[in-house]
Amino acid sequence: MPLSDAEVSHVARLARLGLSDEELALMRDQLSHILEYIELLQEVDVTGVEPTAQVTGLVSVMRPDVVKGALSRDEVLANAPDQRDGMFRVKPVFED
Amino acid sequence: MPTYLVTIGLEIHAHIKTASKMFDGCPSDYAGAEPNTYVSAVSLGLPGTLPVVNQRAVELAALSGLALTCTINERSVFSRKSYPYPDLPKGYQISQYDQPLCSEGSLTIRRSDGIDKTIGIERIHIEEDTGRLLHADEGGSLIDYNRSGVPLMEIVSHPDMTTPEEARLYFEKIRQILVWIGVNSGNLEEGALRCDANVSVRPEGQEAYGAKVEIKNINSFRFVERALAYEIERQTAILEAGGTLVQETRGWDEFKGETVGQRSKEFAHDYRYFPEPDIPPLELDAAWIAARREELPELPDARRERFESAYGLSPQDADLLTLERSIADYYEAAVAAAEASGGSPKDVANWVLNEGFRLLKERGEAPTQLSERMPVSHIAAVIELIANGTITRSVAKQVFELSFDSGAAPAQIVVERGLTQISDSDALLSIVREVLADSKASKAIAEYRGGKTSAVQFLVGMVMKATRGQANPQQVRTLLEQELG
Repeated sequence: MPLSDAEVSHVARLARLGLSDEELALMRDQLSHILEYIELLQEVDVTGVEPTAQVTGLVSVMRPDVVKGALSRDEVLANAPDQRDGMFRVKPVFED
Repeated sequence: MPTYLVTIGLEIHAHIKTASKMFDGCPSDYAGAEPNTYVSAVSLGLPGTLPVVNQRAVELAALSGLALTCTINERSVFSRKSYPYPDLPKGYQISQYDQPLCSEGSLTIRRSDGIDKTIGIERIHIEEDTGRLLHADEGGSLIDYNRSGVPLMEIVSHPDMTTPEEARLYFEKIRQILVWIGVNSGNLEEGALRCDANVSVRPEGQEAYGAKVEIKNINSFRFVERALAYEIERQTAILEAGGTLVQETRGWDEFKGETVGQRSKEFAHDYRYFPEPDIPPLELDAAWIAARREELPELPDARRERFESAYGLSPQDADLLTLERSIADYYEAAVAAAEASGGSPKDVANWVLNEGFRLLKERGEAPTQLSERMPVSHIAAVIELIANGTITRSVAKQVFELSFDSGAAPAQIVVERGLTQISDSDALLSIVREVLADSKASKAIAEYRGGKTSAVQFLVGMVMKATRGQANPQQVRTLLEQELG
């Protein structure tokens, strides 16, 4: 089933992507296409198959509570596009 | 006018007191540190990093679950919770969703009307804290990631509370227990413990709950009570005016004294949980859980009841002495120390509460300071000095205070200040005679001789004053009666 424009806009906002009307139409068609392809999987009979979220078979992998140290602040901020007072600077979080 | 039913549930977020963060060896005790100096590649969510669970954090969360009578699930799973704000740089928070570590427990609070009420606990799950967002003055936000990845547990109550007081008591008691078992610092100001309160109001007779309003990020016991009281009033007023309530998130503005609607939250609830592929499930066997149970100390309620039954303390005294574990430990150590000199547990409780706590309050110090001010050997020494007749009870209070302030041993204070009880009857007799010769005594003497025997009490007081409390009041009374007889 093809996606609606509203669904694509919603996903775009969740991903923090601003789309023009043309881009929205393009994404709607392309995403719908991908979903159709994935829908092929719906045809597989999975009766009695446990959902799989892990494939390693490992359980309870834990580490002791030991401090290994932190990065220097210069390293931490090395890739920050913008910074101030030793902090990352980003767009206002609650701007509508 | 219909009666309204109030339903309150709390979600409490508590830091888990570990040395390192939840998913890597980055240090977690960031309080007071410069921004972004307690940060690692994992807390920054850099590509290619692998989160590995902190074993101690799991142990302490399970310990908390046991203290709150929860079932520790033998299998639990970490999940990713999508989160669009930049205070978690990965774009998701590692949390637990459909299979939390602990399920179904309870906690009993004692309300101010004296009634005990049990509040159900739905679950406790483990997650990681976010970084801190600071709003820059010229627009934009600044982020400090020191807190990002600090081990956190969320304790979710059932909607069992019906008044703001119950919510505050529940929050306070959670803090008491978590601090008691050493899982949390209890420091609300630093954000080590905070809560979200869910509250709804509906007319009596209506089956379905009213629209749920969530008040976010409350970091004070007083605020939780005030915010809920305000919110209940606000919702009731809307219903009475025939209005409709909407489900929403609000914040408490302490300055204005009201809750305020918060913006931009509609997407935050689109969490799209899915199992965390990087972290294998936790499988904890019965032996592991039994080992946690072994770690669990006697809890405050049990200890309070034991103080009442074993030591004969009043419920009020037992309550005060079990507010914090260090105080309860101190009290019991003092009881043991005073036992040899015949000091009863009640005696010790009186000294701790009446003198110790009073002095701490006057000096502006916390109850936990008492062990530094007054080592248990000093309390025991004061009791012994009374028991063996060296000092009188009223002098003992002075000695206690002098010892409290100077740290000197009580026996040494008594010697240095010459506070020993005057038991030499010749010496005492001459003081008694001096007092009787005083003109201020003449009225009481006349009354006594006139048959009013209680007048002797006034004379005893005069002698005690003349001896600065160092005379044995019984002996003084006997001597006075002899002299007047």
